Amino acid sequence: MKLKEAISCIGAETLFGEDQLDRVEIENAYASDLMSDVLAFAWPGTLLLTGLTNVQIVRTAQMMDIPAVVFVRGKRPQEEAIMLAKSVGMPLFVSSMSMYETCGLLYKAGLSPCIIPQREE
Amino acid sequence: MDSHYEVEFTVRGDDFLAAGEASNQIKETLIMLGVPSPISRRASVITYEAEMNLVIHSGGGQIRATITPEKLTIQACDEGPGIPDLQQAMREGFSTASDRVREMGFGAGMGLPNIKRNSDTLDILSEVGKGTILTATILFHGAAGDRR
Repeated sequence: MKLKEAISCIGAETLFGEDQLDRVEIENAYASDLMSDVLAFAWPGTLLLTGLTNVQIVRTAQMMDIPAVVFVRGKRPQEEAIMLAKSVGMPLFVSSMSMYETCGLLYKAGLSPCIIPQREE
Repeated sequence: MDSHYEVEFTVRGDDFLAAGEASNQIKETLIMLGVPSPISRRASVITYEAEMNLVIHSGGGQIRATITPEKLTIQACDEGPGIPDLQQAMREGFSTASDRVREMGFGAGMGLPNIKRNSDTLDILSEVGKGTILTATILFHGAAGDRR
């Protein structure tokens, strides 16, 4: 679905990247407050949902070719994170809802999860 | 691509604002050299996790990427405290990170396992009190792309 559709179904505020709402296509979403889990399990092209607000979340998204980030629980990213996102053209959004509710609405709207692979012991 | 291409960056310890800049520059170099994105993503996970380890645990260090037509080698060197029990450190979920670092979203104990999962070969030489040298490679030919 278009990023615009996903963002509108959770009623999130656009902090940056209005011009990309119609351009970016997403199929999956991944939600985490742990950077390494994002690096381990998120798929490229995934919409990232997080409660972390520091600059490293934008860096992490950038490393994984994640096109956009939604901050949940009404948390606003730190200024450095917004500046970095602007410099790399990564749209940022704020959802006033909880992680669970935001994820639930996106799942219901048809966004698939990133499947966690079985790991060897 | 040139037969041999090398970039090296100094990473400062405890500098969480700049952390990731070296990895980003390495990623941009790989894209510039025409390395396919599934491989550049694997490289990004390795360099970023290694860079964060330098920032969090080692008081900084150096990170170097060497690209040849056959493979990409990523080396992270530091003169930090070293890893007392490497087997334990390789286990998912094991972490010695401080609460402060965890609050920032790091220290989940996935760093070294993530590096291993995305490498074709991984060597870690570590001596307590002297430092650590991590060497990871990704082979270009027959590379599996994303490790998922």
